[in-house]
Amino acid sequence: MRDLTPPLIEARGISRRFGSKPDLAAKIALRLGLAKPQPIVHAIDNVSLSIRRGEVVGLVGESGCGKSTLGRVIAGIIPPSEGQVIWQGRDRESLNPKERHAAALATQMIFQNPMAALNPRMSIEDIVSEAPRTHGLVPKGGRQDYVDRYLRLAGFDPTMKGRYPHQFSGGQRQRVNIARALAVQPDFLVCDESVAALDVSIQAQVINLFMELRERLDLTYLFVSHDLGVVEHISDRVAIMYLGRIVEEAPVEEVFLRSNHPYTQALLAEVPRIELTKRRFKAVEGELPSPLNPPNGCHFHPRCPFAMDRCRIEVPLKREVAPGHLSACHLNDQPTV
Amino acid sequence: MTIAPLPVMPEAPPEPGRLRRQLQEFSRSPGAVTGLAVLIIIIVLAVFASVISPQDPYDLTQLDILDGRLPPGSESFSGLVYHLGTDSQGRDILSGILYGLRTSLTVGILSAFAAAIIGTTVGLIAAYIGGRTENALMRLVDLQLSFPTILMALMMLAILGKGVLNVVIALIIAEWATYARTVRATALVEREKEYIEAARSFRLPGWRILFRHLLPNCLAPVIVIATMQVARAIGLEATLSFLGLGASVTEPSLGMLISNGYQYLLTGLYWISFFPGIALLVTIVSINLVGDRLRDVLNPRNT
Repeated sequence: MRDLTPPLIEARGISRRFGSKPDLAAKIALRLGLAKPQPIVHAIDNVSLSIRRGEVVGLVGESGCGKSTLGRVIAGIIPPSEGQVIWQGRDRESLNPKERHAAALATQMIFQNPMAALNPRMSIEDIVSEAPRTHGLVPKGGRQDYVDRYLRLAGFDPTMKGRYPHQFSGGQRQRVNIARALAVQPDFLVCDESVAALDVSIQAQVINLFMELRERLDLTYLFVSHDLGVVEHISDRVAIMYLGRIVEEAPVEEVFLRSNHPYTQALLAEVPRIELTKRRFKAVEGELPSPLNPPNGCHFHPRCPFAMDRCRIEVPLKREVAPGHLSACHLNDQPTV
Repeated sequence: MTIAPLPVMPEAPPEPGRLRRQLQEFSRSPGAVTGLAVLIIIIVLAVFASVISPQDPYDLTQLDILDGRLPPGSESFSGLVYHLGTDSQGRDILSGILYGLRTSLTVGILSAFAAAIIGTTVGLIAAYIGGRTENALMRLVDLQLSFPTILMALMMLAILGKGVLNVVIALIIAEWATYARTVRATALVEREKEYIEAARSFRLPGWRILFRHLLPNCLAPVIVIATMQVARAIGLEATLSFLGLGASVTEPSLGMLISNGYQYLLTGLYWISFFPGIALLVTIVSINLVGDRLRDVLNPRNT
């Protein structure tokens, strides 16, 4: 089922490192051997991911694996250290200012903490209407209707739009965040742990809202989450991240029924399930290694029960193990036993 | 797939407004309420000085040199009672204080607010832009703060010359750095919050993010510093006037009055310096009481 139209958005060879550049004093101290060089965090390491129009891609991984950073790079909030983000077949950096503006507005992000994402000093109405008014999306005199329409779309009662964010519950705040994002008429939403801060019953409501909006507005999602259950429910395709790299990428049923990478298998084993009668796998042992100093070769080898000598030296490449199913593991090169 | 209509969530219980809550919090301290009351009285007295005071101490036709250095409670030939005595020129001390308060308060409030506006803008820009701009601005602030304020103000007055306006300018130059440093620190914290990221991803213009999103969330410490700074500026102005570099003789201020009586202090004519000193003390203490309480109330950890 290869699609010939270019994907809506595609990350190509994205890397992102965090670390401060040494200033003059630090340089002198380094030269004199008085200080150690500042550590650099390799948050994402040469990651590629493409998302077709209308698709919902789940991005899963342990906390600290770089999934939020990847979400932010794709959303355009932080620039990548290396690599390109391709928007509708064209490098986002090569767009002219007008196109770049349109592409940036078409990509919106729903944040994890719904309170922190709202300016506490602005009323709901101002919050929702600010960006569309700045960009001339609101017809003259139609501000109220415009705000009401998007609040209603997000399941928020418009009669309360004169109030301030602190007067609402987490679920309602997240609906305001969604309404605000929708109000600039985006094509693509990056949801960064958007339901993680909500309690379970509200999570379900907000997830249903995302699904409904997808159908009504023809949206595309990148759904970043550590929660496999949520991702299974909402996604068409899932990408599994481990310490800055995508280790497996496949349609959602493939991942849950025929996972290939030992890390994915370990993750799945940790999801409490009714169907799973016997545990095929021991839970992942140990801690996520530090991204300050990632292990050589396959990043997962220190915790992998199948690790071989080759895993400690060579970085495995993503290979297609089934149609549409990519996995980065040296075990796939072994003759099947 | 059919989707059940989304239930609209029940209304949150209405909370009292932030302002009302803070007013209640403020009024819980008797010291601060007293300070505020005294401050209001002082401001009213200063504003209506020309109506209230028995004499215009700077109108030479109303002065009588023969009334010079009279102790408190003396009566002049014209029947005017000098409740707080007179100075060497025969000026009524009470009237002098009322007129002096006017100058001192104007200087304090003007310089504190102008310094607040300048310092806040610099701090916000430094925090928002970052990089070299931030470094340059903050080193300038460090340089400024490494000088004692009074020295800085003296230097500025030596360049600018005497006069109330020049005192205001000197105080602004001496004080803006405090605001810049505090606002930058607050703005650095706020800048990392997601609502600023969201504003950026909505492609809002930079000035809008700065002044509509960042500024309102950094204002609480500015209000507190500005209040304290009014008191500091009044004190500094008095110091400068006392040293003979502040207001000129035609523009009375509390510092001037204190300095007028200073040479008589040891001869027993205490009232020429003493009463203006008390007025200065009461003003500064009441402003500080209000400022201290504001700091507690506006502390983000309380809200």
